[in-house]
Amino acid sequence: MKNISKKNLLSALGILFLIALVYAGCNQSKSSLTGDAASQVYVAPGTYDEFYAFMSGGFSGQLTVYGLPSGRKFKVISVFSQNPETSWGYSEETKGMLNTSYGFAPWDDAHHPQLSMTDGMADGRFVFINGNNTPRIAKIDLKDFETTEIIELPNSGGNHASPFVTENTEYIVASTRFSVPIPQDDVPISSYKENFSGSISFVKLDPGTEKMNVEFQIIVPGFNYDLARAGKGPSKDWAFFTSYNTEQAHTLLEINASRNDKDFVAAVNWKLAEKYLKEGKAKTMPAEYYRNYMDEKTHSAVSEKNTQVKVLYPEDCPGMIYYIPTPKSPHGVDVDPSGEYIVAGGKLASVIPVHSFSKMIKAIEDKQFDGEIDGIPILKYDAVIAGEVQNPGLGPLHTEFDDNGFAYTSAFISSEIVKWKLGTWEVVDRIPAYYSIGHLMIPGGDTKKPFGKYVVALNKITKDRYLPTGPELTHSAQLIDISGDKMKLLLDFPTAGEPHYAQAIRADLIIEKAIKFYRIEDNHHPHSIKGEKESKVVREGNVVRVYMTAMRSHFSPDNIEGVKVGDVVYFHITNLEQDWDVPHGFAIKGMNNSELLIMPGATRTIKWEPKKVGVYPFYCSDFCSALHQEMSGYVRVSPANSNVPLAFSLGK
Amino acid sequence: MTTKSRVLIAFAALMLILTFFFPLWKIDLNAPQYPEGLGLRIWLDKISGLKPNDLQSINGLNHYIGMKEIIPDSIPELKIMPYIIIFMIAFGLFNAYLKNRKLVYIWLILFVILGAVGLYDFYMWAYDYGHNLNPNAPIKVPGMTYQPPLIGSKQLLNITAVSLPSVAAIIIFISMFLNIAALYVDSKRKKNEK
Repeated sequence: MKNISKKNLLSALGILFLIALVYAGCNQSKSSLTGDAASQVYVAPGTYDEFYAFMSGGFSGQLTVYGLPSGRKFKVISVFSQNPETSWGYSEETKGMLNTSYGFAPWDDAHHPQLSMTDGMADGRFVFINGNNTPRIAKIDLKDFETTEIIELPNSGGNHASPFVTENTEYIVASTRFSVPIPQDDVPISSYKENFSGSISFVKLDPGTEKMNVEFQIIVPGFNYDLARAGKGPSKDWAFFTSYNTEQAHTLLEINASRNDKDFVAAVNWKLAEKYLKEGKAKTMPAEYYRNYMDEKTHSAVSEKNTQVKVLYPEDCPGMIYYIPTPKSPHGVDVDPSGEYIVAGGKLASVIPVHSFSKMIKAIEDKQFDGEIDGIPILKYDAVIAGEVQNPGLGPLHTEFDDNGFAYTSAFISSEIVKWKLGTWEVVDRIPAYYSIGHLMIPGGDTKKPFGKYVVALNKITKDRYLPTGPELTHSAQLIDISGDKMKLLLDFPTAGEPHYAQAIRADLIIEKAIKFYRIEDNHHPHSIKGEKESKVVREGNVVRVYMTAMRSHFSPDNIEGVKVGDVVYFHITNLEQDWDVPHGFAIKGMNNSELLIMPGATRTIKWEPKKVGVYPFYCSDFCSALHQEMSGYVRVSPANSNVPLAFSLGK
Repeated sequence: MTTKSRVLIAFAALMLILTFFFPLWKIDLNAPQYPEGLGLRIWLDKISGLKPNDLQSINGLNHYIGMKEIIPDSIPELKIMPYIIIFMIAFGLFNAYLKNRKLVYIWLILFVILGAVGLYDFYMWAYDYGHNLNPNAPIKVPGMTYQPPLIGSKQLLNITAVSLPSVAAIIIFISMFLNIAALYVDSKRKKNEK
């Protein structure tokens, strides 16, 4: 066994060397891009891109919006990390969105954007993204491109295989990357095999309220669960999860978790799981996790603490979950547009195994099992496999599909995209990626009907591709034309944060729904005011509440006196504008907090605790109008024991 | 009068009902900062924006140059105009019933006078908004006034204002034309009879 893997290692190294040589050659020819590549990505000034792309911000914790084919960046959507630019996680209204059972979590690692689907097609309602570190799923509303809900996942040790949606977004599925004691406990790490388990979560999106809820979890053996996809068409009732570390190592995983020739793809019949849940097969387990959502009326976060979760155990639920043996630490598990083929990317494997859904169903009927683990039958590899793609490049990770029966797999180690044909499993084309591609993305490439025009390579390393910026370099994506027989590189473009994964959707499916401002009539924030005449300053003990309006080009009030050292001042600012693209900002000298950024029609609150006597200027920080520089005011701060009366005014 | 003429007169009166459902006049404002356009629509009984909140946006812009806010509720014409149209409808139907040529002439002349008064009033209203400026306005351009044109286009600082009659005004024109046609048809028949 050991000898063989050594041999493999040597040949892998040899191939790596060859690849490096190929690189050198490629680098010389990379400037031979023809002029028509430029015209293919040229989106004339003032015209729109064809696709919106939602790219994960990696360890920035955010989600970024790009246009394709131009590669232009439009917006960083604040999700899991505090963002002083938008006051996300700083303003009183948004702080609650980052509440977790571990307290306020100002950062996370966001990997996989997933658009909501109707009938297996992206519908442009929501995009979901996972928080990998403190396990969470966020929902971003594409009406206003804002995060409107974040739900924490209990019994998870890292939310990597997440969030992937079922055909009609009935569920958002998630699985734990790291197994942990479930429920958490003070046990020796070396007792991994006895005490550690994994979990697969099914988060339900209520079709009416569109709110998320951890409907149930399945407790699974303590492996590492990596990625997932739900089925579609014939396989729509199923979801698939890759696992690695079936060795159950708890230290030096790079060696110890790479021993087995095969790990597993877990196939879960979620319809059946739902039925078991209804039949009362689930056990209720105590668990502490938060659900935070932005109340639509008040534009303020509401945090709910949940204390229990329903769990299903495979041994109580026959037929709910099967393991499909799959070579060498598979990463991606991707279902083709027809719903029949399940492609696993064994990142240390020399082939890409493609499983057949119909064969899997038959194998289950015929009980073609090779033993079982904790009540989960292991299907026979040969009974399920549809074919193997030979010579797919080194380190195949992730596959998406076009609309002509081809699949495109990223190969991390050989840094290339490999195009191959479904059914014949023949490699038909390959193109290098600069460098070390992780995921790839075809607009609609995970849906029933991919657009198939481009593939975007989401790269881990950029090295010499851009002007150097010291040790830390930009992250990068590459746009590749796949409309012809040969893939053609069109464009490199930098990304904000590490682009783990991305999804794209035809722009017209979103443009129509995007709102231009919030209607002031619909603003039911408890501290909102609807006109300048209502502006006021109120003292409640040492709490001072400033009810302020912002309108081009003044705040009301703009002179405030009677604030004292030791006071806690809340600026509740309502942007009265009802016009497109007129946010106002608010900043006051010496604040130990972020600025406020207030969208038209919204109310936002920032807390200020003045510590020194003086007169403090404040101003609008988002250039709003011809008289933006005049949009300012003063707060007078008096000593704690002073008797300066509370006073406020505008234009006096 | 012929039945044909009477039908025309009745139809001309009834079509005025449509003026309640379309704007009378439109003023479109184009500025570099408003690629999506800004506009006012003047109806018999209200002033609205081309888009929701356009009126508010225009009022917001106007405060820079010291123009008064446009507050539809404070414009008495908007309360009177619907009654004038209702009266003209009733009068027209009455004419169709009465077959009196003279009264049809009176209807026409009255409508022309009302229209002229209306346009003059609109002009004066616009004159007042454009000239009666707050002396403390942030932007003061010596000699500059901001009266939008009655019909046609005019450059007002960064804004091109285009003012044109809209659907309801055209309906009124057609209604008047139909009355003239009715008189013409009727007089032709009389000549033939002679």
